[in-house]
Amino acid sequence: MKKYDVIIIGAGVSGCAIARWLAKKERTIAVLEKASDVCEGSSKANSGIVHAGHDARTGTLKARLNVRGNEMMDALSKELDFPFRRNGSLVLCFEEISRPKLEELKERGEKNGVKGLEILSPEQVRELDPAISDDIVAALYAPSGGIVCPFGMNIALAENAAVNGVEFYLNHMVTEVKKCDGYIITAAGEKFSAPVVINAAGVYADAIHNMVSGQKIKITPRRGEYCLMDKNCGNLVHSTVFQLPSELGKGILVTPTVHGNLLVGPTAEDILDKEGVDTTAEGLSKVIELGGRSVNGLDGRLTITSFAGLRAHLELHGEEKQDFIIGEAEDAEGFFDVAGIESPGLTCAPAIGEYVAAMVNEKYPAPDKKDFIAVRKGIPNMAEATDEERHRLIAANPAYANVICRCEMVTEGEIVEAIHRPVGATTLDGVKRRTRAGMGRCQSGFCSPKTLEILARELGVDQSKITKAGGNSAILTGYTKDVVESAAQDNASMAGNAGKQADVGKGGRA
Amino acid sequence: MSRREEEVVIIGGGPAGLAAALSAKKAGCERILILERDKELGGILNQCIHNGFGLHTFKEELTGPEYADRYIQMVLAEEISCLLRTMVTNISLEEDGWKVVTAMNKDQGLLEIRTKSVILAMGCRERPRGALNIPGYRPAGIYSAGTAQYYVNMEGRMPGRTVVILGSGDIGLIMARRMVLEGAKVQCVAELRPYSGGLKRNIVQCLDDFGIPLYLSTTVSAIHGRERVEGVTLTRVDENGKPIPGSEWEVPCDTLLLSCGLIPENELTVGLGAQMDAKTNGPVVNERLECSISGVFACGNVLHVHELVDHVSAEADKAGRFAAAYVQTEGRLI
Repeated sequence: MKKYDVIIIGAGVSGCAIARWLAKKERTIAVLEKASDVCEGSSKANSGIVHAGHDARTGTLKARLNVRGNEMMDALSKELDFPFRRNGSLVLCFEEISRPKLEELKERGEKNGVKGLEILSPEQVRELDPAISDDIVAALYAPSGGIVCPFGMNIALAENAAVNGVEFYLNHMVTEVKKCDGYIITAAGEKFSAPVVINAAGVYADAIHNMVSGQKIKITPRRGEYCLMDKNCGNLVHSTVFQLPSELGKGILVTPTVHGNLLVGPTAEDILDKEGVDTTAEGLSKVIELGGRSVNGLDGRLTITSFAGLRAHLELHGEEKQDFIIGEAEDAEGFFDVAGIESPGLTCAPAIGEYVAAMVNEKYPAPDKKDFIAVRKGIPNMAEATDEERHRLIAANPAYANVICRCEMVTEGEIVEAIHRPVGATTLDGVKRRTRAGMGRCQSGFCSPKTLEILARELGVDQSKITKAGGNSAILTGYTKDVVESAAQDNASMAGNAGKQADVGKGGRA
Repeated sequence: MSRREEEVVIIGGGPAGLAAALSAKKAGCERILILERDKELGGILNQCIHNGFGLHTFKEELTGPEYADRYIQMVLAEEISCLLRTMVTNISLEEDGWKVVTAMNKDQGLLEIRTKSVILAMGCRERPRGALNIPGYRPAGIYSAGTAQYYVNMEGRMPGRTVVILGSGDIGLIMARRMVLEGAKVQCVAELRPYSGGLKRNIVQCLDDFGIPLYLSTTVSAIHGRERVEGVTLTRVDENGKPIPGSEWEVPCDTLLLSCGLIPENELTVGLGAQMDAKTNGPVVNERLECSISGVFACGNVLHVHELVDHVSAEADKAGRFAAAYVQTEGRLI
């Protein structure tokens, strides 16, 4: 039995933010994660938006944590060195009849504490962003809207938690949470115990909650499909462009990403399958079609990849819940839910970390950690470095001159660093999310064999053991002609010839 | 930062770069430098171990590595300088007409090369899944045909056991045969268009001879499997390329290879500010293969995708001569 003061279930952005904030006090903390890496669920597949905070109903946790999370982002992105940019956001209104809704949004935002909101005329909008559709009648401008690298933030929080003593157990799916004096958790066959458990299990937060509480909750995965477009159209818009919700639906957003691509999406569709992150032909064509309403010149042919993510949409007592559930379960002392973290969950994450830590600290006080390390330095980024920085990095380690991913200009030095970081990369996707190797327009065609080789070398395993994203996702299935050889071996032994020829064939590549 | 000066810098040491270097040398250029990002010269030919190369150039049938080696030996004999494992990160234009090529490698770190002329010979890359927008999950087991070719021919590794190939470009056809020879089962090749994009001889020698079906007007409409590919749904398409409802069928496989076209690799060209052609995805060039920036030439698959390497060599031979002529005339003035 492994004993901790706090166990967090889920290494998504909420779980990692909570881990990081809880680590500011003297206590032992473990994070249990079912996937092979942090940031593998909803945290990896979303819009990467730092919302201004005008959407959520005033007075809700969503509204409060959104505005707080947004405020925290500048300082946190500097402290933990992840990409964040305040590019401003626009909500487009296409019909005069909807204008009151736009004004309502502005009022709500102001009540929520969003600063600088302004309703702009079509001319003002096009001054900001010339490619915006000619069909708009007005737009709500929020200067505090921003964009963030969702992986970058999640991984930065995890790394910083880890250097402050938080222990991560990856490939540890929780199968049982038992309440006795505290909680006993079974994950991947191992037993863990702690008086305090934080349920940050994303779309599975209902399953975890319902293991200990009589007040059942239900989470419906609401799928959103996206198209990510080539960097050559990344400048099509500068702001994040939303559509005012109408009878046609909630609308599709078009936004630049912090890395210079253009992201269009998401759709919204309730599904049954909590692993249902497959895209559909209808969904993807809807994304491009509806995105094209906002912005002139959106070209679906410039898509470099498409993906789907799941929002953790919450029902309580059979009714849709419009707010997060964050707090101690009424009938389970020491069990804290962080459930239903759908949009604007990514924006809220730092505020959720702060808020949950305050709740836990109040009930379970612990002394301050004197040697808490607040600052984390990211992996060097050769693509964005100046020539002087490049020179300095290469002088210290020549591997920074060996380009592995040519589309995004990621070097061997960066990949090796990503592997050896705290909670480092062990998979191709892990390397991709930490360094962007394979995230460019060739989508890993050239670099994946080389990244695979580096992963195997650095982790001291054979290449056949390296996976795309854990589990049964190995890249390679064996050696050339091995099937032919084993068939030959079978034939040979059937002929009573002890498989001599087959041995000769295998000898060359032990 | 180490600095040097050249007359002609050639970016890429594949078939285009090698032929361009040779002809520039023969036309009288002395200071020529080839920059190659891989550990050896030859480019993609090194992984094309099948035969069929060189019928025009050498009047005999060679494998890819053999074809490359002929040119490599000539380049070495001419004592043309090459830097291997060297990645060019930027090309810029000085006011006086000189071009500055910035590159890096493990031995020298950052390099800044001032040159009168540049020949772009970076080749092309394969169109990825995203560009095809195939719906479904994103498991392991989806590779471009060229990536699979690298694993099999360069590393001796198998990327899968039961294979469906989407796209009947030549690399896809070649890989169908290769995978069978290496012990895999190739279920079929599906082609969206009503005709194949590959050479007739490849359809005969790589599919027909191995009993691999080619389904024309057919596409992959879904990918199954969450961790590793478990199968694909194939669908017939109408004359507009739209799936015909009700025509779907499932094919079990653990691997989907994509061979759906090649795209010239022009990051550096765009970065330099050269005018681009939307049809070819390559730079716009004049009759001297010179792009919109004086003294910068382009040849091979970076200019437009070629069917035969022999044609690449022929085009690059011209580019090398034009670059040499530039150095000897206008280049003198800069």
